[in-house]
Amino acid sequence: MSGAQSTMQTPNSRREARLIQFKIGLRRVVRNPSTLVGGLLVLTLLVMALIAPLIATHDPMAQILTDRLQPPSSAHWLGTDQLGRDIYSRLVYGAQPTLLIVILVIAFSAPFGLIIGMVAGYMGGWVETLLMRLTDIFMAFPRLILALALVSVLKPGLTNAVIAIAITAWPSYARLARAETLALRHADFVEAARGLGQSGRKIVMGQILPLCLSSAAIRATLDMAGIILTAAGLGFLGLGAQPPMAEWGAMIGTGRDHVFDAWWVAAAPGVAILLVSLGFNLLGDGLRDVLDPKHHD
Amino acid sequence: MSKAAAITISGVDVYHGHGSQRFHAVRQADLTVAPRETFGLVGGSGSGKSTLLRVLAGLLSNWSGAITLAGQVLPPGERPPRSYYRHVQMVFQDPYASLNPRHTVDRILAEGLVLHGFADVEQRIRHLLDQVGLGPRFRFRYPHELSGGQRQRVAIARAIALEPDVLLLDEPTSALDASVQAEILNLLMAIRRERPVTCVFVSHDLSVITHLCDRVAVMQQGAIVERLSGDDLVARHVQHPYTRQLLAASEGLPA
Repeated sequence: MSGAQSTMQTPNSRREARLIQFKIGLRRVVRNPSTLVGGLLVLTLLVMALIAPLIATHDPMAQILTDRLQPPSSAHWLGTDQLGRDIYSRLVYGAQPTLLIVILVIAFSAPFGLIIGMVAGYMGGWVETLLMRLTDIFMAFPRLILALALVSVLKPGLTNAVIAIAITAWPSYARLARAETLALRHADFVEAARGLGQSGRKIVMGQILPLCLSSAAIRATLDMAGIILTAAGLGFLGLGAQPPMAEWGAMIGTGRDHVFDAWWVAAAPGVAILLVSLGFNLLGDGLRDVLDPKHHD
Repeated sequence: MSKAAAITISGVDVYHGHGSQRFHAVRQADLTVAPRETFGLVGGSGSGKSTLLRVLAGLLSNWSGAITLAGQVLPPGERPPRSYYRHVQMVFQDPYASLNPRHTVDRILAEGLVLHGFADVEQRIRHLLDQVGLGPRFRFRYPHELSGGQRQRVAIARAIALEPDVLLLDEPTSALDASVQAEILNLLMAIRRERPVTCVFVSHDLSVITHLCDRVAVMQQGAIVERLSGDDLVARHVQHPYTRQLLAASEGLPA
């Protein structure tokens, strides 16, 4: 399908070739309704985080104790919490730490895991055994428990939450990259690259990495939902972002005391977490359809 | 290049695997190929012909013996230095597997040129595409946008880009359909006319070999069982029963 489409346009430069590939991909994303919904939810999160000061109606930190636990109204769209802070504004600002955690965790864990996996798969022998057993060890830890232990040893806070989650997130990328590399290691095009005299490092980065990237991107998108949940879990337990920072997990944590008399305090960030996780999952599924060559046609 | 042989192989054994899993793929191979000669290696599957070719290409290091190629001594048991690869390039059997699906034709051709420090990469790529009959509009295509024959032309362009002294051809036409096979063979003959290149052509098909090669070695189960000149083949002056069998097979006759 993509072949027929792109032969209509003959690219004349490197940039144009890339642009055409991108357009074909984009068209396939938009055509799939669940991907579109997922994409829109994620896009909303992005926009919310970026322009939070513009769309927030109140200062997310401003405490007005006379207005505490107000139900949703025209003055406070999603009500107020136990300190009289506007929940809608806190929700909007809360998109920032959520997005930050997701981006930082992926930025640390995906490249690290990919390199470990590709090196293991390409080198084979004792290097592979060593690296993959190490991966197995990290994989054996339950993610939330290890994150909890680490954060409580280090110090509760956003940075340590990121470190803790990243440490538990990389093994799945290493597994994935190793599996892909094993399948590619003796492919003719890798042999051809060796036959040109390319070094092992160049082959891994130039020949094998581009073919691992799409499955890693799918994995990362699907992972993001889990990362958000873990981050929110840490926040809920008071081990993630520290008050008074507006963070969804922490917001649910404080709202827990008032679940029966002021349900909106916990419900609003809860729904936000649900929607964003759902968005990343739908987008990840859609990306798999677009990027995974085995799913085409 | 001097009058000396382009390729000398003496007493070469090639193995796959190590220890108790070791498989003796090529036994005591001796060959000399003269400069500008087109040498054929024939044999059934598992005869060790492709294995020997991969050793020459610097892709396998698990071998012993002595090999000299274009004046370079190929060290046994280790990967040769980068400069070795400038002298020898290989075209693989399956053009659907030998091009990275995520690289454009441009990148595929540029890689070797950049690696070996060629200066005028742009110009060379354009010239290469013309040389293999593809033209500039294929330059920024991806392999999945090309037919099998077009892919094999790209693979040949990649191989001749480094202006190697020796071109190794591992059944370059057997994955293609008949009409395309002829085109690729014609292209290879044209390249051989244009440049002083030594070719080693591996095939199981004697008719293709007879067509192209000056001399032929027949391999069976890892050993070279017979050496023939092109004229011997045409005249059917063959001694070994296995060669007779191959000859009969290529003509579609019972042995």
